[in-house]
Amino acid sequence: MTPEFAGSQYVIEVIYLIASALFILSLKWMSSPTTARHGILAGEVGMVLAIGGTLLHHGLIDYKWILIALVLGSGIGVPLGMVQMTAVPQRTALSHAFGALCVTLVGSAEFYLQTPTIPKFTMSVLAMEVILGGLTFTGSLIAAGKLQEVLPQRPITYKGQNVVNLALLGVAIVLAVYLVLHPEAKQYFPFIVGIALLFGVFLVIPIGGADMPTVISLLNSYAGLSAAAMGFVLNSKLLIIAGALDGSSGLILSVIMCKAMNRSFTNVLFGAFGQVQASAGGEQEARSVRSATPEESAAILAAANKVVIVPGYGMAVAQAQHKVRELYDLLTKKGVDVRFAIHPVAGRMPGHMNVLLAEADIPYDRLIEMDEINGDFPQTDVALIIGANDVTNPAARTDQSSPIFGMPILDVDKAHTVMVIKRSMNPGFAGIDNPLYYLDQTLMLFGDAKQFVGGIVKELGGH
Amino acid sequence: MKMMTGVRMPSNLIDALFVFMLAAFIGFEVIRHVSPLLHTPLMSLTNALDAIAVVGAIVLVGEKKAPYATVLGVIAIIAATSNVVGGFFITDRMLKMFKTSRPNKSQVTKP
Repeated sequence: MTPEFAGSQYVIEVIYLIASALFILSLKWMSSPTTARHGILAGEVGMVLAIGGTLLHHGLIDYKWILIALVLGSGIGVPLGMVQMTAVPQRTALSHAFGALCVTLVGSAEFYLQTPTIPKFTMSVLAMEVILGGLTFTGSLIAAGKLQEVLPQRPITYKGQNVVNLALLGVAIVLAVYLVLHPEAKQYFPFIVGIALLFGVFLVIPIGGADMPTVISLLNSYAGLSAAAMGFVLNSKLLIIAGALDGSSGLILSVIMCKAMNRSFTNVLFGAFGQVQASAGGEQEARSVRSATPEESAAILAAANKVVIVPGYGMAVAQAQHKVRELYDLLTKKGVDVRFAIHPVAGRMPGHMNVLLAEADIPYDRLIEMDEINGDFPQTDVALIIGANDVTNPAARTDQSSPIFGMPILDVDKAHTVMVIKRSMNPGFAGIDNPLYYLDQTLMLFGDAKQFVGGIVKELGGH
Repeated sequence: MKMMTGVRMPSNLIDALFVFMLAAFIGFEVIRHVSPLLHTPLMSLTNALDAIAVVGAIVLVGEKKAPYATVLGVIAIIAATSNVVGGFFITDRMLKMFKTSRPNKSQVTKP
């Protein structure tokens, strides 16, 4: 940089420094619900500073298109920020796609601007940037499509899928290495981007809805890493920091999700959950279950001292959370201690159930994590399961042949009475039979979650 | 800047690697302490912060080096800005919903 520009350049760097600190504080304050909203403010101030500082950049000669794009982007952002809480998983996936799109496009433009004289290291990180960005872009779009149910939620698999995927990734990496050594061979660059885009599609297509929490977290991590790679290309420490924070956040969430399913990354990405089990679960003996009506359920709940409600994705699908809140209010008024047991992978993204229940005005200190509440089930009078299945399956503890053996579950079978709201006896998403339903203390409440809970509420004197 | 071509590992690259390493560790430490209660808003917040990539796109468009760079950059700014605005907006909406049943002294607590 030449001396006459050094002044403004320093100002910009100091602004970036402050923005980086604010980003770190922003995440730190997310540790508790009481400080979390300060976190947003810190993030917003940091972002405004960073964008403002960038506009001071001496090399900028044209502001017209920048402003037009900023306005258009904000226009798209507002409706994306106003979606229903039930649509948050697909919105999140979509925003991963947008973030990755930005990174991929900037990376591509940088390549063509610098191409014949691009230094080797820059080219390597640039290749990483567009490969990660490209696969995150299409992968996230597919994930969003599956979550929005415009694409089938069941895994789409074919023979040799993993070989094809690994071969594709291999070709992209070979091309990238070639470009690092011969940066003038720019005809290969579009292939790298194209293969990355294709790879993203193939990567997520075989993944089923129940694995979405892990996949979304993983895509979150990739989006962050691609942004960090972009920071290396542009030599921007601010971008490196923001990307590293996002990357580690996504990684931590993915690890938590994998642990909660007792599965490895490779198993999630290449295992196509739900296929194997469909063939394995063959023997179906006609075992009897006991069922109950809303009236009977209401009587049992009203007589209980301690009730634990276990929500799952089915509650979100049936939009039953507001009826569940009415049930919570009525029971609490009657002096019943009602808490909610949240499994880490309940729903379609990390923390999904907490947001839905919070939206329905259920106080967050009533939402208890799995490890904390599991010890309390033996003293629980009624465990009411609404739209959850595999996370309550005792076979995960006892049956070595079960595909979910070893997965940590909510020990609902230890409660005095177990009530399960379910549409029918069809096995859940993964096609795994749940022995819980045949236990002596289990009552099956057949019906739509929202209507059934509504029925109980009516019996208890609500409306 | 031109002199750097050909140099294997420029010193600012080493700096950048240090920054990345430190930021990754800070990220792990800070995010490990985020309550699982807030994992969804955490993800939408990191998403918004990650959209800081917009600064790269802004420079790309503003420097006006080539028409294709402007076109790609404009799309990139739009995509990233929608994440900034949408991300902060929805995170705030979510966090507003988290209420406690305990009698709280005041809604705004000091961090």
